[in-house]
Amino acid sequence: MSTDTTAAPVRDSHARAWEGTGWGFAVKLVLMAAVNAIGLYVAWSAWDVDQWGVLVASLALVVVADVVYFSRRRIAGKYLYPGLVFLLLFQVFTMAYTLYVATTNYGTGHNSTQEQAVEALLIQNERPVDGAPTYPLTIVRDGEDLGFAVVDDSGQVLVGTADEPLAPADDAVVDGQVVTSLDGFEAVDLPTLLADPALQEDVLELRVPTSDDADSGSYRTREGTRATVYASSLDWDPEAGTMTDTTTGTVYTADGETGQFVAEDGSTLPVGWRVGVGFDNFTKAFTDDDYSGPFWKITAWTFAFAFLSVGLSFLLGLAIALLFDDKRLRGRAVMRTLFILPYAFPVFLSALLWRGMLNSNPDYGIINSLFFFGQRIEWLTDPFLAKVAIIGVNLWLTFPYFFLVCTGAKQSLPSELSEAARIDGAGPWRHFRAIQLPLLLISTTPLLISSFAFTFNNFVIVYMLTGGGPRFTDTSAPLGHTDILITMIYQISGVQGGSADYGLASALSILVFLVVGGISAVAFRRTRKLEEVL
Amino acid sequence: MSTSTDQGRTVVPDASRARTRRRRWWAEVGWKYPLAALVVFYAAFPLAYVLSASFASSGTLTGSTQLFQEFSGENYAALSSTQFWQWAANSMVIALSVVVGAVLMGAAAAYAFSRFRFTGRRLTLGTLLIIQMFPQMLAFIAIFLLLLTLGDVVPQLGLNSTLALICVYLGGALGSNTFLMYGFFNTVPRELDEAAKIDGATHAQTYWTIIVRLVTPILATVALLTFVATFGDFILSRIILTSESNWTLAVGMYGWVSDQLNANWGLFTAGAVIASLPVLLLFLFLQKYIVGGLTAGSVKG
Repeated sequence: MSTDTTAAPVRDSHARAWEGTGWGFAVKLVLMAAVNAIGLYVAWSAWDVDQWGVLVASLALVVVADVVYFSRRRIAGKYLYPGLVFLLLFQVFTMAYTLYVATTNYGTGHNSTQEQAVEALLIQNERPVDGAPTYPLTIVRDGEDLGFAVVDDSGQVLVGTADEPLAPADDAVVDGQVVTSLDGFEAVDLPTLLADPALQEDVLELRVPTSDDADSGSYRTREGTRATVYASSLDWDPEAGTMTDTTTGTVYTADGETGQFVAEDGSTLPVGWRVGVGFDNFTKAFTDDDYSGPFWKITAWTFAFAFLSVGLSFLLGLAIALLFDDKRLRGRAVMRTLFILPYAFPVFLSALLWRGMLNSNPDYGIINSLFFFGQRIEWLTDPFLAKVAIIGVNLWLTFPYFFLVCTGAKQSLPSELSEAARIDGAGPWRHFRAIQLPLLLISTTPLLISSFAFTFNNFVIVYMLTGGGPRFTDTSAPLGHTDILITMIYQISGVQGGSADYGLASALSILVFLVVGGISAVAFRRTRKLEEVL
Repeated sequence: MSTSTDQGRTVVPDASRARTRRRRWWAEVGWKYPLAALVVFYAAFPLAYVLSASFASSGTLTGSTQLFQEFSGENYAALSSTQFWQWAANSMVIALSVVVGAVLMGAAAAYAFSRFRFTGRRLTLGTLLIIQMFPQMLAFIAIFLLLLTLGDVVPQLGLNSTLALICVYLGGALGSNTFLMYGFFNTVPRELDEAAKIDGATHAQTYWTIIVRLVTPILATVALLTFVATFGDFILSRIILTSESNWTLAVGMYGWVSDQLNANWGLFTAGAVIASLPVLLLFLFLQKYIVGGLTAGSVKG
């Protein structure tokens, strides 16, 4: 039947199809033009900075987009494409990349390739060359390019940029020791420099080679008014793969296993590079002195937190739902609205609010002053009480969810069942235990499981309420008694500054991925959603 | 009891009968009112407190038992000397963009899965089912590193870009919403599409003029859930948005009170009242959609 209807328009002439499209087709053309333009722009920029992965990905996405949207077939593709692109880039790719990072030593001191590590080391170890002249300096710029103009002992002005070694400039106008005008450049006066922190940073980083020979050193400045010649105290030998410290004579050899330069006495240079380390990160969590102790405690607490939070919230929500879903009660709509208030208040605000209310000083913390007779109870700084506080606050936050869910589930139970139970002589408790609870559990179990998975990774409540504290005293890692796995990962990942260990943090993410994935898989098996969906 | 009146044996005096009835009413229903008051107190006390504190003039969450003793707009006025309104605007822009994007993409994907039989459909659905089990947030390190690289190429897509953050959120949209929507799309009878097709409608016309109108409830649910999730997200926005003027409310307001010593609770409570308004209103007016969305897929019928 359906073949008849689809076959007819295909045999029609193009002219008729054209009439049907109209402005819709125009919109499509404009959108596709934009998509192509953006894609090509990204590809072009990627080419500029040698990011081949980005280049290939953007070109591929543009080509696929064109094929999908300009073909008469592939209708499903037209609807799926945008969502799938975002999904691939920001979820599938990032998950795969997490897996990759987990097998490397990526992190502070191991950020990039060996080549870049060498360059960074050479720059870091630059020292002013003994006996080299210091010249009065003027900062000059040509659009975005910064340069140095110095006046040498004979009064000759020399100009150079990061790419152009210092060379004489004959047309410069000098006022005292300051260059005021220069062909092809604009002089930056001192007040301008002092008012612009970004510019100052660029100036401090600028290195103008003294000559075409890269080893002869380069001019740098520390304060923007004087420049002197700097040269690195390290000497890089690419053939041998060694770094030699010219002041001490120590030879550091590149070690491809650990991604570092190691001397014979075992000392290392501070900048290394990224290498694969296999499963070291996974074992590090269990064996490293700083991490293994906290890791087990944190894992146990994460499970306890998720179980207790979900269990208690469910029980409270269920109790309230059963008690107040009663047709004889008046004002049920108002009650319901008031009951779900905590759920409607953004979580980050609630957590921060409770942090203030639970302040141990009864002059500030209302909970202590109002409900605990002004006692000083250390809700957030005592290891045990902090855990109680987190579960308590989470109970407050999530019981309305289970109240809503249980009310909905209870209302969808057929009323004949209750009647039959009553006729058979079941009391209220028996009715609840033998009939309502099993039926409610059938419909709420999937939600309980997904709620467990969510609570397992409830970053906001822990981070906002206690920040993971109080800190463990037996480790130097920045971890505490209320940290759960996700906040632990956050702390050691170093994405917020501080020492970063992307490799270890990613390995822990993978472990959490597995736990959460396992939980979800169980959930789906239970609901047999798989068969139903496919 | 009714049988006794039927037989006309009104032995029980009126007053005593009323007492029995009242006692029974108390035993079965009446006691729930004080209990309800207790639950309401539990649920609403912190919120009443934040409202009260926001009108106080001192800069702390003072533990006084006197709620609403003072009415001063000081804290609210002080908000404009901070970047609060900038953050509020950022939060709204980000959340609304993600809502629009997520609803459009999710609905389109659900339509494709529900209505077309194409090669790789089962595979895509199955993969999506597996992917959605893994929270996107867990990959935050890789997201951070990816944006670091993308920022080299196109600064607009790098760290500290609102657009980049929106894209990251949209990346998680398909995984979390498609199945919710897919189930609902399947409940719309296929006969409707077929009728439209016979009348000469293209697939796009069928989608926009028929399907989208019939699935509005699920679109509202997804929009609401997405808004709440995006508005309240902390970890991704904290990592991605580095400069203060780009922050969202969650990141900015955390900074106000995270340091116990310099915490500015007056500002925080005033900000919290304002920041919670959009979400609170959405919840109160769209309650039925929330309940529908929470239980969809599990509670049938």
